[in-house]
Amino acid sequence: MSTIPIFADEHWRLPSRGRVGMFSLIIGESAIFTIFVVAYVYYIGRSTFGPTPQVLDVPLFNTICLLSSSLTIMVAERAIARGRIRVFGAWWGLTMLLGIIFLAGTAREWTRLIVHRGLTVRTNLFGTTFYSLVGLHATHVVVGLIMLSLVMLFTLLGRVEQCHAERIEVLSLYWHFVDAVWVVVFTVVYIVGR
Amino acid sequence: MADRTLPIPGSLDATRLRDAALLEWLHSWVVTVDHKKLGILYVLYAVFFLLVAGTEAMCIRIQLVVPNNHFLSPELFNEFFTMHGTTMVFLVGMTIIFGIGNYLVPLMIGARDMAFPRLNAFSFWLSASGGLFLYFSFIGGFGLYGMGSAPDITWWAYAPLTEKPFTPGHNTDYWALSLIVMGFGTLGAAINTIATAFSMRCKGMTLMRMPLFVWLMVVTSGLTLITITPLTAAQIMLVIDRYLGAHFFDAQAGGAPIVWMHFFWIFGHPEVYVLILPAFGIASEVIPVFSRKAIFGYPAMVAASVGIAFVSTTVWAHHMFTVGMTSVGNTFFVLSTMMVGIPTGIKIFNWIATMWGGKIRFATPMLFCTAFLFQFLCAGLTGIMLGVAPWNWQLHNSYFVIAHFHYTLTGSFLFCIFAAFYYWYPKVTGRMLSEKLGKWHFWLFFIGFHLTFDTMHFVGMLGMPRSIYTYEADRGWSTLNFWISMGGLIQAIAVLIFAWNLIRSYLDGKEAGNDPWDAWTLEWSVPSPPPAYNFADDPVVRSRRPLWDLKHPDDPDWKYEQ
Repeated sequence: MSTIPIFADEHWRLPSRGRVGMFSLIIGESAIFTIFVVAYVYYIGRSTFGPTPQVLDVPLFNTICLLSSSLTIMVAERAIARGRIRVFGAWWGLTMLLGIIFLAGTAREWTRLIVHRGLTVRTNLFGTTFYSLVGLHATHVVVGLIMLSLVMLFTLLGRVEQCHAERIEVLSLYWHFVDAVWVVVFTVVYIVGR
Repeated sequence: MADRTLPIPGSLDATRLRDAALLEWLHSWVVTVDHKKLGILYVLYAVFFLLVAGTEAMCIRIQLVVPNNHFLSPELFNEFFTMHGTTMVFLVGMTIIFGIGNYLVPLMIGARDMAFPRLNAFSFWLSASGGLFLYFSFIGGFGLYGMGSAPDITWWAYAPLTEKPFTPGHNTDYWALSLIVMGFGTLGAAINTIATAFSMRCKGMTLMRMPLFVWLMVVTSGLTLITITPLTAAQIMLVIDRYLGAHFFDAQAGGAPIVWMHFFWIFGHPEVYVLILPAFGIASEVIPVFSRKAIFGYPAMVAASVGIAFVSTTVWAHHMFTVGMTSVGNTFFVLSTMMVGIPTGIKIFNWIATMWGGKIRFATPMLFCTAFLFQFLCAGLTGIMLGVAPWNWQLHNSYFVIAHFHYTLTGSFLFCIFAAFYYWYPKVTGRMLSEKLGKWHFWLFFIGFHLTFDTMHFVGMLGMPRSIYTYEADRGWSTLNFWISMGGLIQAIAVLIFAWNLIRSYLDGKEAGNDPWDAWTLEWSVPSPPPAYNFADDPVVRSRRPLWDLKHPDDPDWKYEQ
């Protein structure tokens, strides 16, 4: 049976473990978000008292900031893949800045809701589901920012090199996921649910 | 006296040296990132909790052995069946599959270690501390007096019982928080397993040449990703309810306890498959080796596994027929439940076809797997009965349900786990488990299992509800309950024989050598126990049975496999 192909070593390519791992994490995280989104949608209009979603303002500026951070992180990825560390650092810093602006916007929104509208997590079902879902997403932004700032720190210390491009790419997958989830949360909370 | 050394003042003496060596040995186990050591830690941890949860089950059975018994207090009875269920599913089931997977997956695919060794260690210690935290509840709260504040909310923890007004104190918090921690540990283990199987395979190990156990671990891990996380999400909601005064499951503020039911069973039903799929993997490794035939219908087995995983995510509400759903809902969940029978049926036929015409050796692993085949068939049949909504309305929350799921989790899952112990123990320790004790273990456990769980079907059909503390003598359940408890006792003796076998064979078992079963997968090509680096040379495989090719160069598998 000489027709059986003898195994050729040079064709043995396996997917990157970082990517496979991160995609698996993203699938798991998606399931967590799905449950929270389902709870939010199911409880729309079921509050027995207290403020309704009409008290929300659409956070357009916030959304634009967060979504454009996906673009800036992509530019940063390209830069490090070509070995331009300073350019990478600049775009990476901009990404972090956009993330921080998003968090600050959320903080301002929550302050307004808590102080002026009297809406807390224990006020009614709307408060419960709103703070849980938006808070879950904000938690993911915080985790993302912690990881981004670690990379920033190493960049400033001069420890990040071109060979780390793949790891940076894996980390940015997580950041893209956080942004993509925001599209869902935004649609459900501020458009469908309002 | 040349062999005696006199201690020199100020230097390390012999005892201190021995202490230091012991400390170093312990330290090496705590800081290890080696997949084999972590696998052993997982399995030892699971065996320990198997004994603990088994003791709880025995206490439950002693309480129910005669009517109007007062062996346990009603509160303690609730705590014991809650902890028995929670422990067996999360601390025993989940840890033992990821333990065995941890040990075997890299060896079977010819890898040096898991894809993320440090994540691996982190996952184990998360799971371990979650379990210890859960059991701390026995001494937490009011202390050992009155058994502390162990969870007594049943393992499915239906709202609104779990809400603060109905269960004050901290027992629900222990349950939710420890399972959240363990959930993250499991998530890490699942990610690691998938990344290992996809990215660490040795040369020539294409996906369709992976041993079926690895395939099943991949499918299980994928299912874990999307089933453990809904439980984590629901438990986060529960904790928010309890600590921040939110209203997710608070009926008075418009929240719906039924939402918890859905979230719990979206996790809870696939969880059964998370446990049973690796058991299928074990059976798919053991049955061919002891039938001396290659597995029948490998691609069909892979497809059926993936199919089971998909179908299992659509059946959850068959746990909720009695709650009351629309007839469309009922019909959907009845039909989807029936669908599970198709891929599982394919698997059973394939295992039987593997044994058909083979030269079967009934060593202990094969005995356990053969019993598994029949018991799993029965479990599937009662599952289909319970999946029919009208039948379910009659028997839901009765002992029939308990009998059904113990047929899957004990009669199928645990039997395969025991098979795995007898099959791979020689690889892990370098010594064979005693066959004589193994046969005792098998037959006693087999008899005890059937005495307990066959009888439970009948007592369930006679109307005995689950989770009851005691019952009156005139119900007609007394004799059956007596025999159920006797069966439990026989199983306990069998498990003690097993534990004794594990210890004794480790100390003076027969030397195993590399390949005591004349098997075909890569883990048998390395010494037993395997060295830290696993493979001295990176293996290259050309078929599903690389060791067969090696042993039979005149008739290798790769000539026939596509």
